[in-house]
Amino acid sequence: MGQVDLSVNIGGIAMRNPVTTASGTFGFGQEYSAFVNLNKLGAVVVKGITLEPRLGNPMPRIVETVAGMLNAVGLQNPGVDVFLEEKMPFLRQYNVPVIVNIAGNTVEEYAMVARRLDKTPGVAGLEVNISCPNVKQGGMAFGSDSGMAAAVIRAVKENTGLPVIAKLSPNVTDIGEVACAVAEAGADGLSLINTLLGMAIDIDRKKPVLANVVGGLSGPAVKPVAVRCVWQVSQAVDLPIIGMGGITCWEDALEFIMAGATAVAVGTANFVNPRTTIDIIEGLQNYCLNHGVGDIKELIGCAWKYRERS
Amino acid sequence: MPTMEVGHVLHHKRVGPGIYYLQIKAVSIAREAEPGQFVHVRCTQGTDPLLRRPFSLHEIDSDRGIISLLYQVRGKGTKWLTGHQANDPVDLMGPLGRGFRIVDGISKAILVGGGIGMAPLLPLAQAFRSKGVEVLAFLGAASRGGLRGGLVRLEAYETSTTFLGLATDDGSMGYHGVVTDLLPTHLEKGGTAVYACGPDGMMRAVAQLAAKYNVPCQVSLDKYMACGAGACMGCVCKRKDSRGEITYARVCTEGPVFDAREVYF
Repeated sequence: MGQVDLSVNIGGIAMRNPVTTASGTFGFGQEYSAFVNLNKLGAVVVKGITLEPRLGNPMPRIVETVAGMLNAVGLQNPGVDVFLEEKMPFLRQYNVPVIVNIAGNTVEEYAMVARRLDKTPGVAGLEVNISCPNVKQGGMAFGSDSGMAAAVIRAVKENTGLPVIAKLSPNVTDIGEVACAVAEAGADGLSLINTLLGMAIDIDRKKPVLANVVGGLSGPAVKPVAVRCVWQVSQAVDLPIIGMGGITCWEDALEFIMAGATAVAVGTANFVNPRTTIDIIEGLQNYCLNHGVGDIKELIGCAWKYRERS
Repeated sequence: MPTMEVGHVLHHKRVGPGIYYLQIKAVSIAREAEPGQFVHVRCTQGTDPLLRRPFSLHEIDSDRGIISLLYQVRGKGTKWLTGHQANDPVDLMGPLGRGFRIVDGISKAILVGGGIGMAPLLPLAQAFRSKGVEVLAFLGAASRGGLRGGLVRLEAYETSTTFLGLATDDGSMGYHGVVTDLLPTHLEKGGTAVYACGPDGMMRAVAQLAAKYNVPCQVSLDKYMACGAGACMGCVCKRKDSRGEITYARVCTEGPVFDAREVYF
């Protein structure tokens, strides 16, 4: 019986296996630590952090949809200073790479958060959330414009030596184009997809369910869109990808890896089964053992890389 | 510490219109649970509906490893739950949240329940009785058997309290009016603490009365939840913290029980 090498590397972040947590679904690690041994995970990607504390949106913030849910939490977070003082010490108890998701209203804010986090013991990398509305440009999300997305990544890269992963939004006409722009701006890796823009109407009250009107759709319903995006981006750009969007089991994770992802992230599924990440690690291990795959990296992009072969 | 536990159904019966009593063998959860905490329950086998539903603990028997839920059918998830029969598995996460804090040095506790909000007050009553504290419980509903939570499980509440007062909006049982009308005479005597669970309007009224008579008051909030564990920030309530600053607190983690003075209803 051979051993399986599940290790992967995302732009300089060495992971023991390809399974990570999706930002916004796993808090700061402590929330699920009673259910999951964080030391087993490939990496923990924490909730998005902004320069100043953010209150977040009024309620209602969430609503279930068929095989999914909408959220408009609004990036409620304690701000980078409190994050460093109160949340990082807990995470440092573990031997797991911590990737900090960062967000901002302006390019300058992204740069300042990146600088505050640079050289922080225990922080292995940054994931840049460019789905935030750009307040200086009329509220359009940074990630929906290649030029703005690239500007954010460039500013972040100028302010930190940490690996920088750009988290891409699917709410664009051409995700490959945005991917190329951030790659050119110096991103070390990509993560996709963020949530899909959606909404629900309360027919009894005759108004939107969410206080924010629109929210982000996540969960099993979005998986086909996410796999398609990974398929397209992995062929457009030569950067390692963390694929996510509706992953609930090891079979889902394999779809993303075969589509071109180097690693995967589990999000909404954590709410249903907090041990989803652990189940997937075990499932991938067993799959590799049963199929004579000695190294999971052999499978990355195999759904398109070997198309010429019959 | 919360755990994941698959319990199994011991007893399941309809106790009122759209209201069910579900008794579950769940040793780990029963051992740890405190009054006011809740469990997050899978109400599906697939992905539709997707999320777990939170239910407050209605009975906690740590010796026999048994818990029970008193729930109201509201939608797809709870409807699916009604089909559970004896020995069927129930996928649970819990116990979750911060429960009721037993206030020391009082001779009597006042419990106020509105509709299905009565559910978590039963184990609280039992906890107080076991400490020799008198329990005055006041339960209100739209109607004795109404769709919005009738007056059910009365025998259990009668056994676990010193005094049980009932109120219905339509006068079909007990006092004809809102349950909060029954409180002032008892609050003004002092030497007590109030615990309330029910619709926001009811809890706001109870909080105002408690403040007026300078009686400590705790409320148990109910919010739509996704993760139930404090990770997603979806279930927040507006809360004034000790410095008077307004933040959003997680009902699943900082709550569901809050000091009434902190909550913006």
